[in-house]
Amino acid sequence: MRTTLKLMTILFTAILMNCGGKEEKKKEGFSYEKQETSTKKEVKKETSEPPSQQIDLTNKGIGPITSLTLNDAVDEKMAAHGAEVFKKLCTACHRADKKFIGPSPKGITERRTPEWIMNMILNPVEMTQKDPLAKALLMEFNGAPMANQSLSEEDARAVLEYFRTLK
Amino acid sequence: MKNILKSMVALLSILVAFTSCNNTSNQNAGALSGSAAEKVYVNPGEHDEFYAFISGGFSGQLSVYGLPSGRLFKVIPVFSQDAEKAYGYNEETKPMLNTSHGFVPWDDSHHPDISQTNGVIDGRWVFINGNNTPRIAKIDLSTFETTEIIEVPNSAGNHSSSFVTENTEYVVAGTRFSVPIPQKDMPIKDYKGNFKGALSFISVDPEHGHMDIKFQLIMPGFDYDLSHPGRGKSHGWFFFSTYNTEEASTLMEVNASQNDKDFIAAVNWKKIEEYVNNGGGTMMAANYAHNVYDESTHTATSTMKKEVLTVNPLDVPGAVYLMPTPKSPHGCDVDPTGEYIVGSGKLSANLTVHSFTKMLAAIENESFAGDAYGIPIIDFEASLAGVVEQPGLGPLHTEFDGKGNAYTTFFISSEVVKWKLGTWEVVDRQPCYYSVGHLMIPGGNSQKPFGKYVVAMNKITKDRYLPTGPEVTQSAQLYDISGDKMELLLDFPTVGEPHYAAGCPADLIKPRSKKLFKLEENNHPYATKNEADTKVVREGKDVHVYMTTIRSHFSPDNIEGIKVGDKVYFHITNLEQDYDVPHGVSMIGANTSELLIMPGQTETFVWEPKQVGVWPFYCTDFCSALHQEMQGYVRVSAANSSTPLRWSLGEDIE
Repeated sequence: MRTTLKLMTILFTAILMNCGGKEEKKKEGFSYEKQETSTKKEVKKETSEPPSQQIDLTNKGIGPITSLTLNDAVDEKMAAHGAEVFKKLCTACHRADKKFIGPSPKGITERRTPEWIMNMILNPVEMTQKDPLAKALLMEFNGAPMANQSLSEEDARAVLEYFRTLK
Repeated sequence: MKNILKSMVALLSILVAFTSCNNTSNQNAGALSGSAAEKVYVNPGEHDEFYAFISGGFSGQLSVYGLPSGRLFKVIPVFSQDAEKAYGYNEETKPMLNTSHGFVPWDDSHHPDISQTNGVIDGRWVFINGNNTPRIAKIDLSTFETTEIIEVPNSAGNHSSSFVTENTEYVVAGTRFSVPIPQKDMPIKDYKGNFKGALSFISVDPEHGHMDIKFQLIMPGFDYDLSHPGRGKSHGWFFFSTYNTEEASTLMEVNASQNDKDFIAAVNWKKIEEYVNNGGGTMMAANYAHNVYDESTHTATSTMKKEVLTVNPLDVPGAVYLMPTPKSPHGCDVDPTGEYIVGSGKLSANLTVHSFTKMLAAIENESFAGDAYGIPIIDFEASLAGVVEQPGLGPLHTEFDGKGNAYTTFFISSEVVKWKLGTWEVVDRQPCYYSVGHLMIPGGNSQKPFGKYVVAMNKITKDRYLPTGPEVTQSAQLYDISGDKMELLLDFPTVGEPHYAAGCPADLIKPRSKKLFKLEENNHPYATKNEADTKVVREGKDVHVYMTTIRSHFSPDNIEGIKVGDKVYFHITNLEQDYDVPHGVSMIGANTSELLIMPGQTETFVWEPKQVGVWPFYCTDFCSALHQEMQGYVRVSAANSSTPLRWSLGEDIE
């Protein structure tokens, strides 16, 4: 207990000291630590790609789908249905062509296994708690949770087929 | 520290001891084995065995508890506005509170009863009466929402309500106060012989539960206090307790207590139904609201009905009889076999029990002791099954355990008394803290009670809880009635002043409880089913915002071109399709409550901006780690400005 108190005192003093400085210039708007963020990003880039760009074609994720083989040819009918489902239930957070609240699904089938994609749609809560990649994605996207939109397995499969058409 | 460790070890061993006791204890060992705490303790994350629906009394609502834990799960808004859930505040549910007197945002909710099939509780709906502005509400137990309210014309102080027949053919609503029928301007002193009491039989559609007043029986001007349906052999009859058979209209506490006996009215509703189905009865002009909530449009509509079918009891011979019952009976309770009708004369020293079989014989033999306004009065002794001699003071209400025992509350002597049907002997009594009103055994008003617990609802609380100023919560008490002796297990606080309650096994309701509304089944006229369809539409001074929510943003979240003097309708659809992810919304200065929108649902609030500026709105129900970011702005310009109407999400407007 004593040690905790001591530590807290030190911490508090440190905070107080930090607060002592005045802002030097008055600008229109302000930018706080933006510089630092970008240098941080650069450092990150040197070490690794952001999780959304990483490629992992072995991880099947956690959820109801354990094995799924895709046909070589895209099933156009299924993909069209998937596009409909995506529009209805996913576009609040995902845009086909760009990063939005969550990542764009463009090219995702080249970076993830079909099982992982399906499990992310069907079982997002457990995925973002346990799957290392899903956890990292959650952090990359500001902690915005992937919502479980209660898709049927069939609809999720159609969405996956639709994703194959996004190149 | 060591001491703490020691006591924790001791506590643990006690816990272990109790747990092992529980595992080995004989289920039939009765009330005195094991501790009370053990019996009401529900492990964290586990569920209660019973639901209890306890009337909210003067809160106007219905509260949902778990038994045996006494934990409160939900307060279902019924007759009163509820800002927490926007009930009666949002545009969709305002019509639920419409009446012939206009919008009435409150009532006094009294006697919940669960729907039945073949005399057994089926867990589909709960009905409850609004006492003050006479109404009957239906609550759907798949959503735990009020989905229908029907006003009862010609009624006043809708108290002998809302009890259902064996197959939920009818939910019955009897008037407490007699009034001129139809209402008219007349001297109060001319009450006697001129005022009437309406007993309303409201049919319930077996499929969707829609209510409709089938007929009103226009009875003499007594006060009709409580009622219960016949069951089993007495199915087809309904029994109503009466007081003020003196027909007094002033200083009632004296003048309505003059007669030695009042009546229990026995109504053969099957006979009247037949009469009505064959064209009997008189259609009478009326004006009453029928409010129905449609789950597919998430919207209620209110329709004013203009006539009601009335029946004069004298026109249906053999349909109505009066059984004398000492003094101002309150409860009028029918045992699970349908043979016994227990009258609890509030001011009587004894409990009076009528026999259905003897009543039929008395009618057959015409053992009558006269008539009241032409309605035969059965000879007191002829229908009398027995008397429970001096069981306590101030009997109010009786329920049954299905094992041949009855449990009656005594208000003045503040106790629950257990006695045997048939022998009328008192076998046990337990004190209540304090002044018990009603009691409830799950399934008590049916052929099949679940005689494990009884809940006593007390009128006075005093020192049972930490004081909270002059006004203290109401108090309920849970007793174990599985053994020979009742055992007090638990006190728990309740909402408003609970009158009756209804309970049933959780398994009857739990599997049917809805988790969300499917977006594709949302037929709200202003629903927005995906973000691409969000928009803002101006129609003169009315502006309709088609907005969506999902964790964690509104779309649109920036709106410009709203002007002072506009009436802005925010129609918000929650796009979530996962269990327990509602979003809330509120707008600075809006003269209404927040909205609380369930997954897949659309709700609407109105905002009339009065000041120029940029005004924020935000999500009121913590929805995710980014809940604090779930916010937006509306730019309000002067009434004569030319700011164009624009809306967006995720980009700058200008």
